[in-house]
Amino acid sequence: MSEKDTELRVSKIRNGTVIDHVAAGEALHVLAILGIDGSGGESVSLGMNVPSEKMGLKDIVKVEGREMSETELDVLSLIAPRATVNIVRDYAVVEKTELEAPDEVVGLLRCPNRHCITNAGEPVETRFDVIPDGVRCAYCDTIVRESITDRLAV
Amino acid sequence: MRHDHLLTAKQLSRSDVESVLERAREFADDPAAHGDRHPGALLALCFFEPSTRTKMSFETAAKRLGGDVVDMGSVEDSSVKKGESLADTVRVVEGYADGIVLRHPSQGSAKMASEFVDVPLVNAGDGAGHHPSQTLLDLYTIEEHAGLDDLTIGIMGDLKYGRTVHSLAHALTNFDVRQHFVSPPSLRLPRSVRYDLHEAGANVREHEDLSAVLPELDVLYVTRIQRERFPDEEEYEAVAGQYRISVETLADAKADLAVMHPLPRVDEIDPAVDALPNAKYFDQAHNGVPVRMALLDLLLD
Repeated sequence: MSEKDTELRVSKIRNGTVIDHVAAGEALHVLAILGIDGSGGESVSLGMNVPSEKMGLKDIVKVEGREMSETELDVLSLIAPRATVNIVRDYAVVEKTELEAPDEVVGLLRCPNRHCITNAGEPVETRFDVIPDGVRCAYCDTIVRESITDRLAV
Repeated sequence: MRHDHLLTAKQLSRSDVESVLERAREFADDPAAHGDRHPGALLALCFFEPSTRTKMSFETAAKRLGGDVVDMGSVEDSSVKKGESLADTVRVVEGYADGIVLRHPSQGSAKMASEFVDVPLVNAGDGAGHHPSQTLLDLYTIEEHAGLDDLTIGIMGDLKYGRTVHSLAHALTNFDVRQHFVSPPSLRLPRSVRYDLHEAGANVREHEDLSAVLPELDVLYVTRIQRERFPDEEEYEAVAGQYRISVETLADAKADLAVMHPLPRVDEIDPAVDALPNAKYFDQAHNGVPVRMALLDLLLD
């Protein structure tokens, strides 16, 4: 099936963000990262396990009336490193970003190690180095591979 | 060494280790003859957890080099008790001293503290993290008795929480060493250490039973399995009992096996072993002074 078929499944938005090429099954994590649970009133369209030429299967998320910040893109790049983020204004894509996993993420995640100094009330931001398949606390070395989104500090 | 701080053994290259050990050998010949190295230098001792050997040997080393120490004292008597952050404590202490030795229960505490100070900071143990100055004296002792290349070492006991184990394993990746890790499954090396050893291309094997590898070993590094790691006394006794060393255990070992232990020991090495020529753990502890003299000498220069 072609990308065009996909477009038919999920309607176009007027203003907002389209996050395409999300790894299949990760769309709900994407929404969780953005803090979107429906209570804010945004109109959200979601495609899960949609056939994709590039990826086999993919997820796609469209959020009406919301443009993503740099910070949000940083976290998103961890769980959806191949995603394409389109900022849409008046039905046109005005900005297209291909996500790339960063070298490190600062201040966004909480370290799961409760004995880590970043959990001891010190005046320091968390810092994680990005390693293959995960992130690693720059202070206590703890490796997080599963459920990175559970570690969001925000 | 090119470093300002000593935080983990990972930062130590082979030549870093060799330069510390070489200077330590010079100091070991006559530790009392080097009082002109750093006259007036002040080392701050910030121990947020109890310590005997590490603290005393740093104090001795500073004084042997002609310097002195200022000691934070126990946490109970300090402003930490009033809720002061570690970041604030070290920023204040930095103004008093030329270097800081820090022991703290939180992992990563030394790294964080180093970001707040400009004087050299030595990690003297950060929870279950690292203890790199212990590693330097371990390496010194290993080199004395077995050399650091073409070496087979067994590291046994609490490998999960043992910071001396983590630091030693990292440092040994600089040398031609086969590392055998012997522990109960629940206390095997943490994922982060295994990841680093793998990345470093280290020659590593994990075992539950010492007997399979004992005859190959040049060095056996024993650590304490702590009671509090187990839910109940019975399980602790059952598990810890399998990782105790006696004269009988060592019957299958090479005649010149060096048995080491970072101390304190409780009952994981039978006192009868002390009389064997293989017992090197008291030598190891004594080496703490010349090695820490060498470390301070390089950091304070």
